[in-house]
Amino acid sequence: MSVMEGASVERAVSPWGLRLRRFRRHRMGMASLVILAVLVLFCLAAIPLQMTGMDPDATDLFARFDPPGPGHLLGMDEAGRDVLLRLMVGGQISLLVGLLATLIGGAVGIVIGILAGYFGGRLDTALMRFTDGMIALPLLPLLIVLGALDLTKLGFSQDFARSGAAGFWRIVVIISIVDWTSIARLVRAATLQIRERDYVRAARAAGAGAAYVMGAHILPNIATPIIVAFTLTVGRVILFESVLSFLGFGIVPPTPSWGNMLNNAQELVTTAPLLAVYPGLLIFVTVIAVNFLGDGLQAAFDPRSEK
Amino acid sequence: MSELLGLDDVSVHFAVRGQTVRAVQHVSLAIAEGETLALVGESGSGKSTLGYTVAGLQAPTEGALRFEGAVLTKATWKQARAKIQIVFQDPFGALDPRMPVSAIIAEPLRIQRIGTDATRRARAAELVERVGLPRDALNRYPHEFSGGQRQRIAIARALSPQPRLIVADEPLSALDVSIQSQILNLMKEVQEQERLSYLFISHDLAVVNHLVDRVAVLYLGRLVEIGPREALFARPSHPYTQALLDAVPRIGRHRARHARIIKGEMPSPLNPPSGCVFHTRCPKAQDVCMQVVPQLEPAGAVGHSAACHFKEGT
Amino acid sequence: MTAFILSRTWQAALVLLVMSFVIYSLIGLMPGDPLDIMIASNPGATPEVVARLRAIYGLDQPILYRYAHWLLAAMQGDLGFSRTHSQPVLVVLIPALWTTCKLMLLSFVVSVALSMVLGIWAALKPGGVVDGVVSLFAFAGISVPVFWLALMMILLFAVKLHLLPASGLSDVGNESFGDYARHLVMPVVTLALSSIGGFTRFVRASMIETLRMDHIRTARAKGNAEGRVVLIHGLRNAMIPVVTVIALSFGSLFSGALVTETMFAQPGMGKMIFDSILSNDFNLALSGLLFATIVTLFSNLLADLAYGWLDPRIKL
Repeated sequence: MSVMEGASVERAVSPWGLRLRRFRRHRMGMASLVILAVLVLFCLAAIPLQMTGMDPDATDLFARFDPPGPGHLLGMDEAGRDVLLRLMVGGQISLLVGLLATLIGGAVGIVIGILAGYFGGRLDTALMRFTDGMIALPLLPLLIVLGALDLTKLGFSQDFARSGAAGFWRIVVIISIVDWTSIARLVRAATLQIRERDYVRAARAAGAGAAYVMGAHILPNIATPIIVAFTLTVGRVILFESVLSFLGFGIVPPTPSWGNMLNNAQELVTTAPLLAVYPGLLIFVTVIAVNFLGDGLQAAFDPRSEK
Repeated sequence: MSELLGLDDVSVHFAVRGQTVRAVQHVSLAIAEGETLALVGESGSGKSTLGYTVAGLQAPTEGALRFEGAVLTKATWKQARAKIQIVFQDPFGALDPRMPVSAIIAEPLRIQRIGTDATRRARAAELVERVGLPRDALNRYPHEFSGGQRQRIAIARALSPQPRLIVADEPLSALDVSIQSQILNLMKEVQEQERLSYLFISHDLAVVNHLVDRVAVLYLGRLVEIGPREALFARPSHPYTQALLDAVPRIGRHRARHARIIKGEMPSPLNPPSGCVFHTRCPKAQDVCMQVVPQLEPAGAVGHSAACHFKEGT
Repeated sequence: MTAFILSRTWQAALVLLVMSFVIYSLIGLMPGDPLDIMIASNPGATPEVVARLRAIYGLDQPILYRYAHWLLAAMQGDLGFSRTHSQPVLVVLIPALWTTCKLMLLSFVVSVALSMVLGIWAALKPGGVVDGVVSLFAFAGISVPVFWLALMMILLFAVKLHLLPASGLSDVGNESFGDYARHLVMPVVTLALSSIGGFTRFVRASMIETLRMDHIRTARAKGNAEGRVVLIHGLRNAMIPVVTVIALSFGSLFSGALVTETMFAQPGMGKMIFDSILSNDFNLALSGLLFATIVTLFSNLLADLAYGWLDPRIKL
C-alpha cells in the first residue's frame, strides 16, 4: 500500500485522509463540488446587491417583461421584478430548505435507525414497520395536505401563520417529517453490522453503556454512508421544495424560491418562455451536481477500496 | 491462593427463533489470583459464551458470579468491568478502524472515567512500549498494523485499567504460527508483572499445555472435567477428555495404539441429549448415562474432578 | 406461503387503517370546515343556527367519534358527496382512477423496458463510454424537476414546434384513437422520464454485482456465449432486487402522476386530489388520498410476494 512507504517520516494517514485523496480523483465529483460552490456564491451575491438598495420583491408595473438590459441582466418578470436578483434570493431559500430539511429529517432517521438497529427485538420490529409504512406512501399528495394545513388550528397565532417565516419553516418541517425513511433504514442496517464487531464488545466489556457505544463506535463507523445519503437527500428535498412551491403549497410569494418563480410559468410559457427556463435550469443543475457529488463521495468511501 | 472469580451454578440460555439454545448449563468453577485456567472444548461447546458471561457481555440466565469475594450485582457490575477485560480472537475486528491507537488503548479508562485525558495518554504511551510496539504507533490507525501487532494493541487495551482478570478468547488462533509464540510470551510476561489471572479459551490443547495451570473441559455447555494441568493430561478421567487428548499429536510419542476416537457429530444445543450429554458419542455409554446426569466428583489428584458415571482414576 | 400472504395482507390492512385516521385528522386541520362554506354563502345565519347545524352535522363531536362514523359509512361504500362536482364521490373517483391507471401503466412499461436495456448495456462494460452516457442520462433523470420537464416539453413540442397538444384527453369533437394517443404522448414520456433514471441506476448496479459473482464466471469459463451468460445467468439473478425496487416505487410514481396530470390537464386522481384540496372539497380529497394509499400499499404487497416467489432462498 502506498501509505506505508516512508511511513516512518510521514505523519500517520487517517482514514479520512485516504478518502479525501480518493475523492480528488473522482472527476464528476470534483466538478460538482466546483459547480455547487459557484451556485452558492451566486446566491450569496444577492446580499451585497440588496445592501445597495436593490429589492427582489419591488414591483414596477411599467417594466413588466422588460428584456435584459444594463440594470437588469436577465430582464424583468411578469410583475416587473428583477429576474436575476430573484433567482439569487430564491436560490438562498431553496438551498437553505434543502439543507435544513435534510439535517432535521436525517437526524430523525439516524435516531430511529440506530435505536432499531442497536436494541433490536420488538422496538426494531415496531420502528421498521412504521418506516416501511412511510416508504409505501405516495409522498407528494401527503405533502400537499400537510402544506395546506391551517396552522391556527394547530394552536399557532394568526400573525405567525401568515408570516413568511411560518411558510419557510412549514416546508422545512413537513419535508423532514416524510423524508427520513431512507436514512433510517440505512442507519439500521449499518448499526446491525457494527454492533456485532469485537471492538464494540470490548467497549461493553469495559462497562460502556448504549449511549457511549453509539456515540464513540457506531456513529463514526457509519458516518460515510450517512454522508452519502445526506447528500442524495439534499437533492431530493430541493426537488420536493420546488414542486410544492410551484403548486402553491410551499414558499409563498412574494418571497421567491426557485419553485414558486415558476408559479405562473405555465401561462407565461408562450409569452416569456425564458422566465420558465431559468429557475428550472438552476434547480436541475443544482440537483444533478448534488447527486454527482454523492456519487463521488460514495466511490471515495467504498469499503472495497479501503484496506 | 485465594479465589478471584467464582461461577456458581451458571446457566446461559438464549432464544433463537422461538427455540431455546442451552449454551451453558450449571457450570461452577473458580479462578484463583494469578492463575491461568484454560477453557477447552469444540466449537459449540459454549466456551465462548461462558467467556462472554465472565466478561459481562452476556447475563447468566441462572446462577451467580462472584468477584473478589462478593457476588456481582447490578450495582457492583460497572466497577467489576474495569477489573475484568477481554481479548478477542480476530485482531482485525477487535480494533475500531476510526480510532488512533492511543484512543483505543485508553478507551477502558475513558469509559470508566479513570484519570484525565493527559494521564490516560501517558498510560497509553507506557503500555504501547510494554507490549513491544514503537512509541509512534500511538498516533497511527489500526489499518497500518499487522495481525500480531494488532493483537499487541488489543492486549495493551485490556491492560490499561489494571485488570485482575483477562478473558482471552482464542487469542492466538487467528495468528501465524511464528507470531503465536511471541504473543504467548507477551501474555506470560505481563501476567508475572501484574499478577494477572487468565481465563484462556481454546480448542487447541497444545497451546494450553504451555501456559495454563488448570484445565476445564466443556462439552455441550456442561463442565465435564476440571483439574490441574499435569494430572488432567496424565490421567484424563472423562472419556471425552481422553478422546480430545488422543487427538493431539505429541513429539516423542506414537499415537496410542488404542486411540480413542470420538465418533459422530456434536448434538445441537437446541436439544441436548438426556442424562449425560456425551452419551450419544461415548464408547462407554450404558443405560444409566441416558437417564441420570452425572455430577462432578473427585477423580484422583487434588482438585481433579470429572462428571462421568464410569470415570477412571477413582 | 399462505401464512406469509396472510400476514403481509394483515399488516397492509393495519397500515391502511392507521393512514386513514391520519389522513382524516389532517383533512380536519385544513383551513375552514364544511360549515364555514355554507355560512359564507348564507350571510343571514345567526350563531344559534350555526350551532344547530354543527350539531346536525356532528361537527361538535370529538374526532374519534366522527372518524368512526365516517369509517362505518365508507365501509358500506358511502364516501359522501363531492362539493365541487355535486356528485357522489365514487362517481367522480372511478373515471379519474381509470385515467391515472392508464397513464401510470403506460409510463411504467416504457420506463421499465428502457431502463432494462440501458442498465444492462451500461453494466456490460462499467466505466466505458456507454456506461458514462447512460449514467449521465440516469443522473439527469433523477435530478430534473418533473413539473419543469413537463413545462419544457410543452414549450418545445406544443408552443414552438406545434407537434403535440399541450393538455387534455382529446380535442373537442375529435374522439379518434389517434387523437387520444397524441394527447397521451407527452404525459407518458414525462412520467416515464421521472422514474427511468432511478430504475436504470438500479438495474446497472444489480447487474454489475451479479456479473461479478462466481457462478457467472463459471458459466463463462464453461464456454457459454457471452450474450447467453448475460441474459440467462445474469439477468435472472439481477432481477430479484430490481423487481422489488421497481414495485416499491409505485408511491413515487403516483407522486409523479400528480404533477404530470396537473401540468397536462389530465383528469386523473392526482389532479383530482390537487384540485379538491385547493377548493376545500373535503370528501373528495379524503377519498382520493385514501385510494392513492390503497393502490401503493397493494403494489408494495405484490412486490413482497414477488420477492418471495423469485428468491429461492426464501422458503415461504
